[in-house]
Amino acid sequence: MKNEKDYIKNIAEIRSMMERSSKFLSLSGWAGIMAGIYALAGAYISYTHFKFNPTDSIYQIAENTTYEYFSIIILALVVLILSIGTAIFLSHKRALKRSENIWNSTSRRLLSNISIPLTTGGILILILINKGLISFLAPISLIFYGLALFSAGNFTFKELKFLGTIQIGLGLLSFCFIEYSLFLWATGFGLFHIIYGIYIHIKHQR
Amino acid sequence: MLINELHKAFESRIRLGIMSILAVNESVDFKSLKEYLHVTDGNLASHIKALEKEAFIGIQKSFVGRKPNTKYFITNIGRSAFENHLSSLEKLIKSQKQIRSSQ
Repeated sequence: MKNEKDYIKNIAEIRSMMERSSKFLSLSGWAGIMAGIYALAGAYISYTHFKFNPTDSIYQIAENTTYEYFSIIILALVVLILSIGTAIFLSHKRALKRSENIWNSTSRRLLSNISIPLTTGGILILILINKGLISFLAPISLIFYGLALFSAGNFTFKELKFLGTIQIGLGLLSFCFIEYSLFLWATGFGLFHIIYGIYIHIKHQR
Repeated sequence: MLINELHKAFESRIRLGIMSILAVNESVDFKSLKEYLHVTDGNLASHIKALEKEAFIGIQKSFVGRKPNTKYFITNIGRSAFENHLSSLEKLIKSQKQIRSSQ
């Protein structure tokens, strides 16, 4: 007859198999930390070098599609690509360590669920850029990214729901205080990414 | 006896693993099952066949382009058997704890 320990081990194995097969757990904590650092650097450069001031453009529509705004958009793209690249690279490394494939049914489910809020937000941002409404980029990106993170929480670490809620809150807040939106954006994409990354790393991956 | 409630089909770790995966996923293909369980094709196929014989899992065949794609899903019989198995395991642990603490 088996003893208690065997049964407990049995149940633990069942639980871990259920979680492993339904959630993408190779998402790296370090990716969050690095994305936060890129975002902080990006916000700092756009503030000091390009004198990005979101209030400027509220009433000055379309005339301001100048060199500065173009540079800020390029800068934002660089931050985005670096963050995604780092996340893929580090998660790939983690997946290899767990002898899993980064492109499996859980990661596919994760991506298909975040793709709707992310593409909607992305298209909205393009429309706003086209109309010269640069001041709304920070709040809009926070809100849609937050929505994506919230639904991602169902398919990977559930802590992402909490991070998503914070981003949505910061986004709404920065709509109220457009003059601080760059600061709030740096808080959400920078500071909270770093806090989240450290938390995930310590709790799940150390 | 409680121990009799533990279904024979779930004695193997791999079969229990297959059931755990299918219990939380709508349907899963052969390749993904193999990846999660780290087993060989032949080994996995024989366990799948055993579970299929019990009518615990079902097969869903379709085509992705021209490639055949076989997916497995848990049947109602399989789900209730799996849930019974889980609750028996929990009961066994509880009862053994009681025995130990009364000693």
